[in-house]
Amino acid sequence: MGNNFKKIANEELQPDNFSFSNENLLKAKDIVKMYPKNYRESSIMPLLSMAQSQNDGWLPKKAIEYVSKFLNVPEMKVLEIATFYSMYNLSPVGKHHIEICTTSPCMLRGSDNLLEKLKNWIGINTGEITDDNKFSLNRVECLGACVNAPVVKINENYYEDLDLQSFEELINKLSNNKNVKMGPQSSRKGSEPKK
Amino acid sequence: MVQIFIDGKAVEVEEGITIIQACEQAGVEIPRFCYHEKLSIAGNCRMCLVEMENSAKPVASCAMPVADGMKVKTNTEMVIKARKGVMEFLLINHPLDCPICDQGGECDLQDQAMAYGSGIGRYVEQKRAVKDKHLGPLIKTHMTRCIHCTRCIRFSEEIAGNDQLGTLNRGEDTEITSFLEKSIDSEMSANVIDLCPVGALTSKPYEYLARPWELKKTQSIDVFDAVGSNVRIDSKGDKILRVLPRINEEINDEWISDKTRFAYDGLNHQRIDRFYSRNADNKLTEDSTDNVFNILKDKIINVSKNKIASIVGNSLDCESIFAFKLFLDNLDAKNYECRQDDSYFIPNERSSYIFNSKISGIDESDVCILIGADIKKEAPVLSSRIRQRYVNFEKTYPIFRVGIESKTIFKTIELGSKSNSLRKLNEKKNKDILLKSKKPIFILGQGAMCSKDAEGIFNFSLELHNKFTSKTSWNGFNILQNYSGRVGALDLGFYNKKYTSNKSIKDDIYNEKFEILFLLSADEIDFDRIPDKTFVVYFGHHGDRAVKRADLVIPISCFTEKEGIYVNLEGRPQISRQVKLPLPSVDDFSVVLKKISKFVNINLGYSNPQELRELMLKNFNHISKVNNITESKLPKERKIKNAFLNSEITSSVNNFYMTDSVSRNSPVMSECSMNFYKT
Repeated sequence: MGNNFKKIANEELQPDNFSFSNENLLKAKDIVKMYPKNYRESSIMPLLSMAQSQNDGWLPKKAIEYVSKFLNVPEMKVLEIATFYSMYNLSPVGKHHIEICTTSPCMLRGSDNLLEKLKNWIGINTGEITDDNKFSLNRVECLGACVNAPVVKINENYYEDLDLQSFEELINKLSNNKNVKMGPQSSRKGSEPKK
Repeated sequence: MVQIFIDGKAVEVEEGITIIQACEQAGVEIPRFCYHEKLSIAGNCRMCLVEMENSAKPVASCAMPVADGMKVKTNTEMVIKARKGVMEFLLINHPLDCPICDQGGECDLQDQAMAYGSGIGRYVEQKRAVKDKHLGPLIKTHMTRCIHCTRCIRFSEEIAGNDQLGTLNRGEDTEITSFLEKSIDSEMSANVIDLCPVGALTSKPYEYLARPWELKKTQSIDVFDAVGSNVRIDSKGDKILRVLPRINEEINDEWISDKTRFAYDGLNHQRIDRFYSRNADNKLTEDSTDNVFNILKDKIINVSKNKIASIVGNSLDCESIFAFKLFLDNLDAKNYECRQDDSYFIPNERSSYIFNSKISGIDESDVCILIGADIKKEAPVLSSRIRQRYVNFEKTYPIFRVGIESKTIFKTIELGSKSNSLRKLNEKKNKDILLKSKKPIFILGQGAMCSKDAEGIFNFSLELHNKFTSKTSWNGFNILQNYSGRVGALDLGFYNKKYTSNKSIKDDIYNEKFEILFLLSADEIDFDRIPDKTFVVYFGHHGDRAVKRADLVIPISCFTEKEGIYVNLEGRPQISRQVKLPLPSVDDFSVVLKKISKFVNINLGYSNPQELRELMLKNFNHISKVNNITESKLPKERKIKNAFLNSEITSSVNNFYMTDSVSRNSPVMSECSMNFYKT
């Protein structure tokens, strides 16, 4: 797979500490309450996601230690989960972390072409990050929205039904800090049949 | 019981066991990598596939429980093909480096590839390579060889209780490592070396030293703590190369502590192999045997016998202690002592210093009370046994603890560090737990037995024990001894009743009550406080603390160079075997003593070590029952005269890796202590 964002970041990129914001702390406590007391491990995944979005889309070592301490589970258990799932990043990503799906349905709908063009537009390869930290790019397996293929996930949102034109427009808007529309970029609202 | 058919043969087996266990009972061999009888089931190597009737696919026999009437086949076409297939997959990423691998010759993968593999590989693509991990000073890693059986992870979690190992990533990228590659901080860590079925985790100190078939294997026992773990000592020529555990379910299962495994290299350093005497310039210089014996003779003859004090060390075999006692009794020099730490016990009451419930009693107990026992450092093997009990009890096995806080590998209910905290066991909340239990075990560690309140703690705990275990034959009142020679010395009566835990022989020594002090491998007293006038004679095998003060140094052989009986903390006599010959010009202590006795005209009643042992066994019958424990009744309850002094109960072991003259001189142990005891 060669996913560079799954490698634990170098020491100089690691922050000195990490803790949940007050708002997240309250949420975290609610999450822990959802599970039985002797299954505290169950809260690892939602807490890691929260930590990741609080920390600009990636998990530093301190966040893993923090979650482990917060739940009183061994650090290794948390790290195992953080490395197992592709949705967690362990090194810094760009402001817009683009994850492009290239699994069969998206591929058939032209995702390979989108990826090649995208590399030219933003000037980086997969697993890399632009110099201005605006974009980072990663190729991922099925995002589970095949009915709207091809699909791209940018940070926490899906952008679907892409073609070259709409994709380029989307990337341009993002790089100019303009608002973009989530979901299908075609005339569709959801996954209804095309008129 | 259920009936199942293995290869057409009907077998009666217990309900709830798995097919692989049933096959083992029926004598049918099933290859396996991840399955291990002492660990939980993982089912991820797929090597143990067997055919089961009414199942279209082969099943993993380690994970499939038996059912009545089940028909299992282990030698059909399907099974053979499945094994070949699994083997081929496992070997895809496994390097062909057997000739340079330390596991070669005792490797499960190698053996099973020969027995069940197809002989050729069809894989021509690129093999993966994995970066080696740093797991501390004892474990060497070659992670490319790893087949991800996860035995090491399960061991750390379930038995060592340290949760530091885990798997990173997934699929082809899977790697096994510790969190951020920290050294595994566990006294039991090196057992993963034995568990690893391939050469991924091997022993660092044994790196590239020998092949298994070149080694001479001696079945012996461990003397670095009082548990008496069964070990196999492997040597090549005159050198001990490694120590491995032997299975003994009653004592150590199949685990040993890191000190047991690696402290042997201390036997090659700082050895005393010559006689020394202190000259006029107060310098210790080499001297002839006769000279030394003559000096000793003059000293002994010209001194009143009650001016002689003798102390034996902590890790001595019974024969040496008995011979020394014979000698001193004949000399009428009865101020002798085996407790350098003044640990409390009741003379002639064996149950006041042994582990009465036996080690296997831990598996039956339902509550554990640790009093001044820093068990993780004092007896790691027992600590793991308690952890297993705790894990098997769904982690609701209550463990109370009195004593200074220290790391444990199970969850404890801390009562406090002062001796008064013991009274909290009578509080309602705690009492309810104890009342519900049928088989509580009390473990009194040396932290408590060497404290000022030892007698009070002993009696109070005994009273509690009797209160909560009425009407059963259960005896869960245990003393945790720290040293392999202690129970033997107490059994043999190497103490003087006038010295108790409050009135130590050491005070008399420091206060110049004695003119001669005999030290038999005793290194744990404060040598700076011994008065200058006292003449110190040291018998020993290591130039450790005592030689700085000794006036005469007489070399004797160490435990691997002689055969001897050790009594473990349960009171179980076991025989430690001779691995190699003593150093040139060094004799066994009993032989040395024989020579000295001729100089001072004493008849010891034996002429060789064999006769010495016979004489000892005649006098102490229970020691002759090797591997058996002679039952003993609990001491009578004594009323506690005073309230506790409320002293702090501390830990009796500061540094696990350095507890005696051998481990203090071991380079591997000092590396460990630098690694794990950073200050």
